[in-house]
Amino acid sequence: MNASLKPIAPGLWSEGSNPQLLGGRNSEGKIFFPIPEGDAGKGLEIIKLSSKGTLWSFTRQDFQPKPPYDGPEEFVPFLLGYIELPEKIIIESHIVDTTLEELQLGIEMEFVITPFDNTRSTFAYRPLKSNNGGSV
Amino acid sequence: MSDVYIIGAGIHQFGRTEGRSGRDQGVFAVREALKDAGLEWPDVQFACGGSHAAGNADIMINDLGLTGVPFVNVFNGCATGGSALSTARAAIASGECDIAMAVGFDKHPRGAFNADPKAYGLPEWYGQTGMMLTTQFFALKIQRYMRLHGISRKTLGKVAEKSFRNGEKADHAWRRSPIDLDTILNSDVINDPLTKYMFCAPGEGGVALILASEKKVRELGSDAVKIASVVIRSRPPGSFEVFAPALDAVDGGKPTILASKAAYERAGIGPEDIDVAQLQDTESGAEIMHMAENGICKDGDQEQWLAEGRTELDGALPINTDGGCIACGEPIGATGLRQVYENVTQLRGRGGARQAQNNPKTAYSHVYGAPGLSGIAILET
Repeated sequence: MNASLKPIAPGLWSEGSNPQLLGGRNSEGKIFFPIPEGDAGKGLEIIKLSSKGTLWSFTRQDFQPKPPYDGPEEFVPFLLGYIELPEKIIIESHIVDTTLEELQLGIEMEFVITPFDNTRSTFAYRPLKSNNGGSV
Repeated sequence: MSDVYIIGAGIHQFGRTEGRSGRDQGVFAVREALKDAGLEWPDVQFACGGSHAAGNADIMINDLGLTGVPFVNVFNGCATGGSALSTARAAIASGECDIAMAVGFDKHPRGAFNADPKAYGLPEWYGQTGMMLTTQFFALKIQRYMRLHGISRKTLGKVAEKSFRNGEKADHAWRRSPIDLDTILNSDVINDPLTKYMFCAPGEGGVALILASEKKVRELGSDAVKIASVVIRSRPPGSFEVFAPALDAVDGGKPTILASKAAYERAGIGPEDIDVAQLQDTESGAEIMHMAENGICKDGDQEQWLAEGRTELDGALPINTDGGCIACGEPIGATGLRQVYENVTQLRGRGGARQAQNNPKTAYSHVYGAPGLSGIAILET
């Protein structure tokens, strides 16, 4: 990934060469993502979420959303979906390095950081086997 | 608690009415409802209503008359109409008054809704990255459902085809022309698997209902429909809802299932006793999934139901007889009461070309919306 890209928001994923999504775990073991702001986030243990999971559902965003969408001016349809992690939490995420036709429920997915626009990066998942040197 | 009845129902044309505010469409609906009930505004002892994007309802008294009536404003998203109905019903049931009004109206700009993350307690990045869209939620929910329960794209199309066919026959509908199955299936994709003609569009409209006590119904000799139950439920933990950056992997149920069960229980009837139903059809997949969530059929049986035409006007259980949201559009504050208006029309046998052919005696309505709540009303003649 281009190191000059700034994360879309701080504290979403861990820093370093092997970034992972960050969640919060309460005393009963329940995991929250994103880590809640304000009082709801107090007292949560910050944990790194699994980098691999399975595809729970998916779609493609075919029209340019209104604001608050803040993506590139030249709109390109993008894939998104929900990824089920071993922690028993299902994360909504962009999906990259694949096509709608290749997606199926239950396929294995892996976490990546991907460019969002010319200046910012965001998180995404991609099918595990399509490791073709995409965006990382 | 005593029974409460609907004795008047009024509607303002859904769709787009240039030059008329959402609230004025609400006022129009109130006057229609009063006329239908054979009453005047000063007869109304309690009023309740609201909109999502067209302002407060209580300002209507400027137009309707300064009678001193208590007027409760509702701001409850898609459940605005249901909450207004529930509150108005409770005012009568408690003995506080004999005649109450529920009103809902709205007016939205063109195009998909764009929600403010902050208003939903969500971080800015969720909206910025383009994941906070209601259309995506419905696509993601039906995408998984179709694969788990064997629902075909053709069935999605057939739901929309029925909506436009029924809408053609409903005076208040926005879309009044039939659209054939191929055109629906091959129209622009919004979010796979859903196409443009499978979705409802944000629109405008207003609906008002006049409610009365049993005593008043006898006095007036009204063409009355009994409210058997009105129930609203917000989401349980672990349910998949709109605007969710994450969800529990353990399915904890759904607000519609909770509301539905409670509504049947209070009404003392079951889904097998329902003759006509209006179900939230933000898009055609929602109508399919809501058939099962409301206990009307089992998951996956919708494929056969649609193939056999069981939800058509001449079917065993007609669904969305006025074309639903797909043909009427979605003015958030008005939709829940439009469904009840349509059920009142059906139970009174005044549906004209869109009248359910099974001489309905019981009617069911279901509204669903962000951030995960459902409202059910069951009516009986």
